Amino acid sequence: MDWMEIVSALALVMFIIVLLPATRDMMRNSSKGTSADWMSLVIPAAVVFLFIMLLVKLV
Amino acid sequence: MNQNYSTVAQRSSSAIATNKVLRSTYMLLSLTLLFSGLTAALSMFMNMPPMTYMISVIGGMVIAMFVLPRFANSSAGIGIVFLITGMLGFGLGPILSMYASLPNGGNIITLSLGGTGVIFMGLSAYALATRKDFSFLGGFLMVGFLLVLLAALANIFLQIPAMSLMISAVVIMIMSGFILYDTSRIIHGGETNYVLATIGLYMTIFNIFISLLQILGIMGNDD
Repeated sequence: MDWMEIVSALALVMFIIVLLPATRDMMRNSSKGTSADWMSLVIPAAVVFLFIMLLVKLV
Repeated sequence: MNQNYSTVAQRSSSAIATNKVLRSTYMLLSLTLLFSGLTAALSMFMNMPPMTYMISVIGGMVIAMFVLPRFANSSAGIGIVFLITGMLGFGLGPILSMYASLPNGGNIITLSLGGTGVIFMGLSAYALATRKDFSFLGGFLMVGFLLVLLAALANIFLQIPAMSLMISAVVIMIMSGFILYDTSRIIHGGETNYVLATIGLYMTIFNIFISLLQILGIMGNDD
């Protein structure tokens, strides 16, 4: 394991520790989506997924 | 009657303010992306070593997390945004040089760049056209992002190529969600600071581009 991997791992640990309270806060305070809200996410997510598959085919 | 006029006037002034934030965000985002392109070209020209990427990303993220929020409401915030995006662009130089040296590297870079642009513009247009409130995504996206960071941390030790491919794919999906979430926040007045809005959208574009490069780089090289 070289020093770049050690530094990367330490940086990731730091980001996780810093982001943890904000995540907990957002989990508690963000509005809860209805099933219709979540369904509105399905179409763009599917389009993005298919688009990535298309890019993979093109390369 | 007067109350009706007052309500209409309030709504209209709120819509004007939202449009102003949106316009300023996209203007600053375009300029920072151009600036990143310039610093990336400079870094490629200077033939910077691979560790430049790691140093730039860590430095850029630390400034974005700890310094930018303190200056976001002053004109210094714009300078800091250019510093962060310039650093991240400079870090991209060695990565782009590495991909450019692959047999179909030019194709991989072009497709990643074009793909990132299409995903960003498509999702922004979707959020702007539907004007849907995606604020419910906040907690879900943050948890997803934390899990991805944990998986990336584990893969530094495990070194599984399939896992890094999976992480890149999940990052693109999560960043796509953040584009909807951030754009919706600007539209609905949840984000009134265009400096913070710009850096949020810039990070999503940066992460999608890097992840697409990785996916197309792995899938495009059979040998």
